[in-house]
Parts: sequence; C-alpha cells; structure tokens
Amino acid sequence: MKRLVLILLLFAAPVWAVQPDEMLDDPVLEDRARELSKGLRCLVCRNESIDESNASLARDLRLLVRERLVAGDSDEEAVEYIVDRYGEYVLLNPTATGANWLLWGAGPLMLLLAGGVGFIYLRGRSTAKAPTEAPLSADEQARLDDILQQ
Amino acid sequence: MITELGHFALILAFLVAIVQMVVPLIGAQKRWHSWMAVAEPAAGAQFALTALAFGALMWAFIVSDFSLRLVWLNSHSAKPMLYKISGTWGNHEGSMLLWVLIVTLFGAMAAWFGGNLPPTLRARVLAVQSAIAVAFFAFIIFTSNPFLRLETPPFDGQDLNPLLQDPGLAFHPPFLYLGYVGLSMAFSFAVAALIEGRVDAAWGRWVRPWTLAAWVFLTIGIALGSWWAYYELGWGGFWFWDPVENASFMPWLLAAALLHSAIVVEKREALKSWTILLAILAFGFSLIGTFIVRSGLLTSVHAFANDPERGIWILMIMAFFMGGALVLFTLRAGAMEAKGVFGLVSRESALVVNNLLLAVSCFVVFVGTMWPLVAEMFFDRKLSVGPPFFNAAFTPFMVALGLILPVGSVLPWKRARLMRAIKPLRYVFVLAIAVGGLAYAMQSGRSMIGPIGMFLGAWLVMGVIVELAQRTGRGADRLGRLMRLPRADWGKAVAHSGLGVTMAGVAGLTAWTVDDIRVAQIDQPWTVGSYELMLTDVQEIRGPNYLSTMGVLTLSQDGQEIAQLKPEKRFYPVAQMPTTEAAIDYDLKRDVYVVIGDQQTGGGWTIRTYIKPLTNWIWIGSALMALGGLLSLSDRRFRVAAGATRRRAAAVPAE
Repeated sequence: MKRLVLILLLFAAPVWAVQPDEMLDDPVLEDRARELSKGLRCLVCRNESIDESNASLARDLRLLVRERLVAGDSDEEAVEYIVDRYGEYVLLNPTATGANWLLWGAGPLMLLLAGGVGFIYLRGRSTAKAPTEAPLSADEQARLDDILQQ
Repeated sequence: MITELGHFALILAFLVAIVQMVVPLIGAQKRWHSWMAVAEPAAGAQFALTALAFGALMWAFIVSDFSLRLVWLNSHSAKPMLYKISGTWGNHEGSMLLWVLIVTLFGAMAAWFGGNLPPTLRARVLAVQSAIAVAFFAFIIFTSNPFLRLETPPFDGQDLNPLLQDPGLAFHPPFLYLGYVGLSMAFSFAVAALIEGRVDAAWGRWVRPWTLAAWVFLTIGIALGSWWAYYELGWGGFWFWDPVENASFMPWLLAAALLHSAIVVEKREALKSWTILLAILAFGFSLIGTFIVRSGLLTSVHAFANDPERGIWILMIMAFFMGGALVLFTLRAGAMEAKGVFGLVSRESALVVNNLLLAVSCFVVFVGTMWPLVAEMFFDRKLSVGPPFFNAAFTPFMVALGLILPVGSVLPWKRARLMRAIKPLRYVFVLAIAVGGLAYAMQSGRSMIGPIGMFLGAWLVMGVIVELAQRTGRGADRLGRLMRLPRADWGKAVAHSGLGVTMAGVAGLTAWTVDDIRVAQIDQPWTVGSYELMLTDVQEIRGPNYLSTMGVLTLSQDGQEIAQLKPEKRFYPVAQMPTTEAAIDYDLKRDVYVVIGDQQTGGGWTIRTYIKPLTNWIWIGSALMALGGLLSLSDRRFRVAAGATRRRAAAVPAE
C-alpha cells in the first residue's frame, strides 16, 4: 500500500509533461494537439490531464492524439477515437449526454429554483407590514433597568 | 515521558469536553447559574490540555523521537527544523490533533471574550462547541492516536513527503484549519440560537466576527495553498479543481455568503432562518472537506489518509451534527419571523442576490466534485469531471457576482431607486468597458476570458473608489471624512477591490499565458514572447536532505539582462521522490516561470518556459481580501460591547 501511494505520488509530481521530441513541426496542429490534451485525463494519475502528466501512459496518449491529427482527423474525431478505446473516463469535460444533463443542469436549475424562492421572499418582504415592537421580557427589562441605573 | 504526559492530557481534555458538553446545556435549560458557569473554566482547561498534548507531540517531532510511530513514519533526523515542526501536522493523526486544538481554541476564545452574551446563550454555544470537540477527541483517541509507541525504536525515520517540505505549505494547513474550524463557531451559535428559539439583531452581531475571522483564515489558507501549487508542482497552474481544493473552496464560498447575510440579520432583522441554515451548511462543508481528504473516497494529490474505516467515523460525525442541526432547524425555523420590511430594489435584495450566487456556485462545485461518485453508483458510468467543466459551469456565477457587486454596494437600505443609485457609477462603468475593450483589441486570440476579467477588475476597483468618494459627501474636509469612515467600511472597500484584483489576475493568467518547450543547449539563446533566455550552466548540488540538478539561465529583454534564474530538479533519497523547483522571476506585470527537465541523449536539457501575465494579482487580491476582513474585524462596533462588559465587571464591587 505504502509503495503504491509512493508510485501514485510520483505520477502526481510531473517533472515533465510534453517532451520536445513529441511536438509536431506544424505549429497549428501542435496547438490543436495541446488544446485537446488539456481535456483528456491521464488514466493512471489523479485528476491530471495528459498535457500535464509525465506518466508513460500519458505520453502514449499524447502521441496518439498527434498521430490522429496528422492522419487528418478533426478534433472531434480524434477525441472520439480515444474515447472509443479508453472509455468515457478519459474525458475531463464530461459530455452532456444521458444522466450528465443533471450535472450540467444542476447550476442553472438550482439558480432558477433559488431565484424563484428568493423572489417570492423579497416580494413578501416588500409588501409586509412592519411588525409592532415586541414588549421586553421580564429578564430584559431587569437588565435594561440595571444598565440605565449605572 | 513527555509523550505520555501529552497522551494523558489528551484523554483528560476528552473528559473535560464531555463535562462541558452536558453540564452547561442542562444548566441553561433549568436556569441553574452554577451549572452554566461550568462552561467557562472548562473551555479554558480543555484548550490548555489539548495545547499540552499538541506541544508534547511537537516536541517528539523536534527531538526526532522515533520510538513514536507517527514520528518514525513522517520525519527524518536530517530534515530542516522548520519541516520537523511542520511535520507535526503534515500527517493524518497530527493534523487531526491540530484540528481539535483549534476547536478548543475557539471555544476558549468564546468563553474569554463572550462576556457580552446572555448567559444562557453563552452556555449553550460552549456546550455545542464542546460536543464537536468530544466527537473529534473520540475519533483521535480511538482510531488515530498520535501517541502510539513502537516497541523497538528504529534508527531513523521515513521522511515527510518532499512536496510538503516547503515554507508555503508548512503554514497552509494551520490557516486552513483555523478557517474550517472557525466555522464551527458559527455553527455553535446557530445551534445554540435554535435551542434558545431566538435570533435577533444582536445574534447577527455576535456571530459575524467569528465568521469573518474564519473567512479571513480560509482566504489566507487557500491562497497559500494555491501559491504553493503554483511554484512547487512545476506546471504553473494555480488551481486544479482537485476534490481537495474544492473541499476548501466550498466552505469559503458559503462563509462569504454567511458574512453578507449576517449583515442583513444585524441591520434589518431579516433573512434569519436562511442565515442559520447557512451557518449550519458552512460548517457541514468543512466536515465534508475533512471527510474527503481523509476517506480516500475521492483520491487526490493531497489525500494523506486513505483509510475507509476513518472515513466512516468522520461520516458518522458529520451525519450526527448535520442531521441533528437540520432536524432542529426544521423544528424551530418557523419561529424566526423576519421583522425588516424592504423594497424589491434595496441593499437587502442585493445581498440576497449575492447569497444566491455564492450558494448556487458552491452547489455547482459540490455537484461537480461528487458527480463521478454518483454517476458510478447510480448510472453505472465511470467518468471524470475536470477543470473544463468547472471553468464552464462555475465562472458565469463569478462574472455575475462581479457585475452586480458595485451596484449592490451603493444601493441604500430599505427602499432604493435603482437609476438614482447607480447614476454615480455610470462613468466608471463606461471606463471599465473601455478597459475590457482595450484588452480585447490588444490580444491576438479570440478568447473572451481576458477582456471580461479586465472589465470586472476595473469595474470592481473603480466602483469601490466611487463608493468611497460618495461616502465623503461634498464640500471641505472630504479627506478627513474619508479617514474617519468606520473600519468596517474600509474593510468592505479593501476586500471588494481585492476580489476585483484577483478576478483580473485569474483572467490574465488563464487567457494570456505563453509557453515554450525546447531542448536548450548551453550558451545558445532563444526567445519566448518578448524575452530572451539562455542556459549558461547546469550544476549538481547537494542540499541538506536532497540532491539537486540546477540550471543557471539568464533572462533578458531588449538586450538588457533582467534576472538570473536557477530552476532545480531535486531528488529526495530517503523518500525516493523527485520534485521540481521552478525558478520564477516575479513581476507585477508578468511572471517568467522556468522549469528544468532531463538531460537529452543528443546533448542539451529540456527547458519549459512560461510567461504568465498578472499572476501575482491573484495573490495580491487574496491578501487584500484578507486584509479587508481584518480591517472589518477591528471595527469599533465589535469592540464596544467588550468594553462595556469590562466596565460593568468593574462596577460590581462598588454597588
């Protein structure tokens, strides 16, 4: 277990991410590859994209992305190619499909809901009558007298 | 011997906490003053005993007593003294002890400075605070005791994770814990008020300084952690939306919301039940954070105790406090009638919108953090939720927040006329738009993040200036009036402009970073952006407990040498771990950030260079926010009551 943690930590401390020898000569393609890499997860790391990771698997994936781009794939096709082989887990940006609508919709839906409740509350406050002052309790009256006497 | 004393003190503190949890609560119910009075000395004793236990553990780390299992696992005799000390809390058991030490510290502070509270409320607050301490004392003593001995002490320890051997990180956990645990005070006040069945303006005033203090500590803690990640992890990011980072960010967002809603309670006696709920939830998220870090449920770089059994304990503690508080809330919330009446357009409404945005954005972060777990459990999908999601789903809330902030903060209380209130802001709004437009015109990319960030930064900062100018009125002596503004107003101004500065920094860094990766040969210069770099030397160096490969680079612009940069690649033999030490040339406009990598077979070294515009603004802004909080905390209003009690206490013998 201890060793496993150490190995994981090793991956988590990327001394190196993209290596010079991986980079494509065409700067436009390379930029696209970098951009795509930022959205793909290094599968053996903790919460890191393959662009940042120095794990060998991440390097393989980076090379694969570049290979697909050189082969003429569009961005979507290249990502699809990788998702087909490595599963949905590889996407750092979850797709808005199936149950994931809940994830993407959570913020806007909650805002609508909370906004509605908030609006009803505010309207209630703006039409409410100011309450009459509550009389002091015996304790409070005693304390007040105490303070006033000083 | 000292270790055993510490162990004993810890158990004693646990027993005192049990007494303090039960006796004052009964006393407050029955109005027995002698029983209520137990709370105050008990809180002091609890703190003193826990401090003794913590001191004993720290001592074991300082003298490298490897007969202690914890010290053996997390320390090494060759480690610099600072990291021996910080090693005390750089592990699960020690950090839990620090956690509970801070719980008792806040309890003791409430006992010492809470003289102005009604006696029943004070007794109940201290009892609830002590109940939290009891839960964590039990957790420490029964599942993660730091004082366990080894039968045959080894010769040397196993070293602290080298990534954690850094001054930024040495002080990051204590601040973060002060923040997390500071929210326990707001929680205790909320629960005590629910038991009491009464929330009024005075309650809002009492709970605010504690929340403010917790928020200031959280701000400092998060900023330190993010600064550490920036210069230590070696790829120049400052925020990774890692589960553990989110765990600290969620309480921060809620604490910020609580801070603002407590103002409405204090000034206008409205939003009471919401404020109570926020206080409960804010501490709940602190507990969730503790749970996430220690359960191994969501793995992350920071998680240091991946032990499901401990996770279950914390989950149970969390379920007990949240469940109990929320049940109490549903029973009593109805009794908390709002008093203040205000129009739809008013400062109150603006603060409601502020709370709405902060709370919903916290909810988004929460859903995003938990979603991989939910999707796997209920939908059988193994997926990731990473930075792209958070950037897309969270950022709009912050943009909206920044957009309404200057308007909300100039709106008058009760009833406002929107057009009249925002009239003085119209020039700065146009000016801020111009700043954003200028940023747009100057950049080459198509991303809108940069211009929007510049606009928000300018809008917030200039909005604050307009507000201050307005507060001074007309005519002579405006400067005098400005200086005489209450500290709370200055705090507000400084914190709000800090937010603007941070927003601009985040946007600048995100949108305009330039990076370059290459194999650099010795004495062959290359250019990145408008800068010229040259690797002049690579040296092998031996540090106190590491070996290092250090590159020496010169950084120049327009033929002028600006700085010498020395990035390092370190190796810690004891922990068998490499780390990177980036070399950074700090500047207000931009950071030049250089990392050195491996030697190439064909000669030369891999060098990664980043130009990161406005990076330091992020931390300057955070510091301003914290400073604003402190200024506000020092406001006369919070001290007046304290002074009054002293006078009253002095007057007693004279009567």
